[in-house]
Amino acid sequence: MNELLRVEHLSVALPTRSGYHKAVDDLSFAVDAGEIMGIAGESGSGKTITALSLFGLLPPGARVTGSIRLDGTDLTALSPRQLRDVRGRQLAMVSQDPATALHPILPVGTQLTEHMRHHLGIDKAEARLRAAALLETVRIPDPERALRAYPGQFSGGMRQRIAIAVALAAEPRLLVADEPTTALDVTVQAGILRLLDRLCRERGMAVIVITHDLGVMSATAGRLAVMYAGRLAEAGPTSGLLTRPRHPYTRGLLDALPHPGAQGEGTAPLVAIGGSPPSLGRVPDGCPFHPRCKYAEASCAAERPEPVPVAAGHLLACPPDPLRVSVS
Amino acid sequence: MSDDTVLTLAGVAVEYGRRGQRVRAVDGVDLTVGRGEIVGLVGESGCGKSSLARAGVGLEPLAAGAVTFEGKPVTALGRRRRPEYLRGLQMVFQDPYESLNPRRKVGEIIADGVTLGGGSHADGRARAAELLDRVGLPATATDSYPHEFSGGQRQRIAIARTLAAGPSCLIADEPISALDASAQAQIANLLGELVADARLGLVLVSHDLSVVRQVAHRVAVMYLGRIVEIGDTETVWGSPQHPYTEALVAAIPQADGAGVLPADLPGDVPDPASPPSGCRFHPRCPIAEDSCRELDQQLAPVAGREIACQVRATVKASP
Repeated sequence: MNELLRVEHLSVALPTRSGYHKAVDDLSFAVDAGEIMGIAGESGSGKTITALSLFGLLPPGARVTGSIRLDGTDLTALSPRQLRDVRGRQLAMVSQDPATALHPILPVGTQLTEHMRHHLGIDKAEARLRAAALLETVRIPDPERALRAYPGQFSGGMRQRIAIAVALAAEPRLLVADEPTTALDVTVQAGILRLLDRLCRERGMAVIVITHDLGVMSATAGRLAVMYAGRLAEAGPTSGLLTRPRHPYTRGLLDALPHPGAQGEGTAPLVAIGGSPPSLGRVPDGCPFHPRCKYAEASCAAERPEPVPVAAGHLLACPPDPLRVSVS
Repeated sequence: MSDDTVLTLAGVAVEYGRRGQRVRAVDGVDLTVGRGEIVGLVGESGCGKSSLARAGVGLEPLAAGAVTFEGKPVTALGRRRRPEYLRGLQMVFQDPYESLNPRRKVGEIIADGVTLGGGSHADGRARAAELLDRVGLPATATDSYPHEFSGGQRQRIAIARTLAAGPSCLIADEPISALDASAQAQIANLLGELVADARLGLVLVSHDLSVVRQVAHRVAVMYLGRIVEIGDTETVWGSPQHPYTEALVAAIPQADGAGVLPADLPGDVPDPASPPSGCRFHPRCPIAEDSCRELDQQLAPVAGREIACQVRATVKASP
């Protein structure tokens, strides 16, 4: 597969009242064309800030170091004007809330054709045709009528499908989907996950799915990166990570899920990770997860662990590695 | 099922007015909740589960039917003071960012439940500290404001506030869906413990089917204002009988690393203003027969639970 995006040593520091604090800390990853990669973690883990940094849409005053290369071009070095052409044309984003992603008082058709015409240089009639076809792709019934309708006239699930259509309008090469189905019912979610999967296979589009839902990850993402407090905790093939997690945090996220095969339903409590993730500027020294980690050793509070390869394509930032399966 | 019933909904219907027409969001639902029992209420958005929950505590007037709490009628909230005996029936709301008054200290918010019940202010303060401890927060939280807490902690505060009224039944409308993954598990566990310790009845409304499956004793699946399947959680989830329940269960992605895309249920929930004739699920149903267009479905016992599907009921009855 050919590599589309390479993020190296990305750090993002955000200004707060108590000075600058790192929301993303030395993060590296790559995404191939036609691949779905997942980024998982709780809120405050830096997932969304990572996504926004790809688009140059960080809050004012944010300091970015490291590089974000799309096909070799460093996006962090582009001028706002150059970046604007990359956004929409090559990169697109779908956010969690379809209610705010669409303009409430513009017809759906206008929102679909506007940047299609800008980025693809096609005329109005052609754009209209493509927009109708796109709505059909995302399975909106009666596309012609939908083009004239306003976002408020659709249900939440349909609005999210329209938001995806808008994101796909200029045929981006990379789609970033930030909690794309969190606000939706499971039935609608299933439809959207299948749609994303199909678009990757058919168009060779790459997708970064950001979610805390490991079920969604398992269904869609080939590779998975687990973030904690702005840092990479563990990354590797999704199937391996979910069946044999090596980082105690990945393990904790999995244990917090209701288990379908569990006996004695209605009685078994969920195993929650104690405490909550650290807020910006209060990230503990050493391994950021150590205060919540039941395997923590003395060294965990002292040294900040770097992600190191432990198997082919598998990175782990946990030197004690308590979940390593001992092979005798 | 639990021994004694604390809340009974009988033939409950809820209607809203929309552009001069009446829309029936809930259409004839029967449901009972026992002491120490968690009843999960699931379904897609627009199925009427929240309207039913609100009607259950008297926040929505009933278009038909009756709600009974500990043998006494639950009347809709109006200009008149809510009857004293309804203090034991409380609601936990979805969004702990909006359900707590940002200008009042946590201790005051919780103490209200005690003082409104006739307790002194000193009682209220003491009870607030006690309840915060019960929901897993430090007693010192009484002097803080809601904004100083995370979503999960706020939901704990909101739960402590409902507990201050000394409830025997709680209705929780999506109490965990606004929270983080790890906080969701914590709050679901807390609700489970409270129900077991204080023998509360709990109606847990959620679109997160996995959590309902894990904590609820019984589960009711709603579609377009009606219950289509109801029974013990294990029975319903283990082998769903109604085609809609089957579709819901199949749509849940499993975190098993197998990379299997969840099954799709085409179409959207129809507009409740003009529900389909006959079985309301028939336009989306994979096993629909011609008769489903006309025949209104009634709940009937099949394989240890009740479902509203003639096609399945007939198959099971004549093997």
